[in-house]
Amino acid sequence: MAFFLQLVVTGLAQGMVYALIAIGFVIILKCSEVFNIAQGHFVMIGGYLGYTFLVPFGLPVWAALGMAIVTAIIMGLLIERLILRPLLGEPVLAVIMATIALSTILGGLATLLWGAEYKAYHGLLPTITLKVGEISIPSESLIGLIVSVICVAILMLLFRYTKIGLAMRATAEDLQVVQGLGIRATTVYAVSWIIACVVGVIGGILLGGVSGANMDLAEIGLKAFAVVLLGGVNSIGGAIAAGIILGTLENVAAGYLDPLLPGGGLAQVFPFFVMIIVLVFRPYGLFGLVGIKRI
Amino acid sequence: MAIFRTRLHWGMLFALLILLFTCPLFFSDRILTILTMIGISVISVHGLNILTGYCGQISIGHAGFMAVGGYTSAVLCAKLGLPFWAALPCGALAAGIAGLIFGLPSLKIKGFYLIMATIAAHFIIIWTIIQLRSITGGPDGLSVPSPEIGSIMLGSKTNYFYLVMIFTCLATLLAKNIMRTRAGRAFIAIRDNELAAEVMGVSLWSYKLQAFFIGCVYAGVAGSLLIHYISFASTDQFPFMDSVWYLGMLIVGGMGSTTGAIFGAVALKLLDELVTMAGPILSAAVAPQAAASLALISQGLIIIIFLIFEPRGLHHRWEMIKAYFSLWPFSHQE
Repeated sequence: MAFFLQLVVTGLAQGMVYALIAIGFVIILKCSEVFNIAQGHFVMIGGYLGYTFLVPFGLPVWAALGMAIVTAIIMGLLIERLILRPLLGEPVLAVIMATIALSTILGGLATLLWGAEYKAYHGLLPTITLKVGEISIPSESLIGLIVSVICVAILMLLFRYTKIGLAMRATAEDLQVVQGLGIRATTVYAVSWIIACVVGVIGGILLGGVSGANMDLAEIGLKAFAVVLLGGVNSIGGAIAAGIILGTLENVAAGYLDPLLPGGGLAQVFPFFVMIIVLVFRPYGLFGLVGIKRI
Repeated sequence: MAIFRTRLHWGMLFALLILLFTCPLFFSDRILTILTMIGISVISVHGLNILTGYCGQISIGHAGFMAVGGYTSAVLCAKLGLPFWAALPCGALAAGIAGLIFGLPSLKIKGFYLIMATIAAHFIIIWTIIQLRSITGGPDGLSVPSPEIGSIMLGSKTNYFYLVMIFTCLATLLAKNIMRTRAGRAFIAIRDNELAAEVMGVSLWSYKLQAFFIGCVYAGVAGSLLIHYISFASTDQFPFMDSVWYLGMLIVGGMGSTTGAIFGAVALKLLDELVTMAGPILSAAVAPQAAASLALISQGLIIIIFLIFEPRGLHHRWEMIKAYFSLWPFSHQE
């Protein structure tokens, strides 16, 4: 039982980070109807940025986080202006291919700047140790959980109470009305890309603090897609719930089934099985709008 | 209407074929290797073109389906001792069946959702291959005996080049002709408007799955040719980036055109070679990792540049040039 609970708790904390990354994806999708395949690469860049600012620059944690966020904002602005803006109104496939190409470019940049190497900065992030009965909650996971919750709360407040948040929600609802009311849709797009980049980078620093930064962090993005599909592509609440569900399921499945399978590595493909099952039986996810597809 | 209508068409066809099949006389082994790889890519991109370009079902799992075909024929050859000529169709068939299975979600979903399903297909296929260690060798790979048909050994670069080129020509002819059949026209109808197609009596269920089957059979043939060329099967030969890269070839060449598929595959493979050649120079000049990053960045940039500035691909440019010269010197293009 303790083993099971341990898996659940670890999965829960991991799932929260997935949810954080998935939210970045959902925000872009809701505001500009772009499926951003490069979300995972924002995470990878975030992991490396965390390393750069914490280790070679030797900044304190808060300053490193601030610098990483500033970098993420610049990155988001550049990406939106240079790649997505010229493709406004193009078919879905063109835009998706552009984000895939963006992901290879980001991968190439990371290779150039950090040499595609494993960079560890274990133990530099603050830790909180908590032990309930036999279950120890890994300190880094707890930090991940707390930061994710804070980020989600900030985003929720932003959408609820600010002008730009309102504009973003309105754009998600109806682009034509928004344009008719004189809201600049391009600003909304830019802000949504900035938020996605910032969220991805924060997620990357959190994950990098646990397992070190390397190119494989980008694969987390693919897990975030499973989260998004499970939650329903246009629901932020769904993304959070699905993140927690998937993180927990993945950990439990890997914990019990990996010893039985010769090659192991079930945790890596588990999200894809979930993805296929969701797509076949419930394409609009758990909390998405029913009737997204039009055939 | 026939594909080759005039004497000029036939003449150009024969000139091209003669040029193609006399290549080994003037080129070194290294260039033949590049041409063989281009041929294999062309076959694979033809499959993707039928599936994505004509039928509109986007797939980013093409390398995974190639892996199914490649591994099936590799296992049949290495473990069961089947001859090459029998193993290759089996591999193609296996890939087609895998395509049918993973094509099933396409009946309910489209666009981004289908992309996710095919990405999932790629990773599930590769994971399954690694799990079946006793059959496929898992992560260690599987060595495959050198291919032969009857008494003709295909181990040499020249002979294999001929084999791949024959397959490429046949695949091109077949792809071009499939598009002129009832099925081909149904694919285009589904791509342009599913609802209208269904109302007109095109069975979405049947034709979408047909598109997946045909596209993946092509992938299977390409995969087996690749595995037998290297005489070694490993999952590293089918990386996820290849799946993306094939779609990139389709975009650069121009979607929904057989010529475009060839243009795209040739152009991007040549770019790849260029990067490989420039790599060591750049690594020495800048940093050791510069070569790897150059490859990734140039791939991404090319796709983005084509999407923004030439969304209809090289094929469209080629048609423009042809139209210009057909009326030259009195042409005026608006």
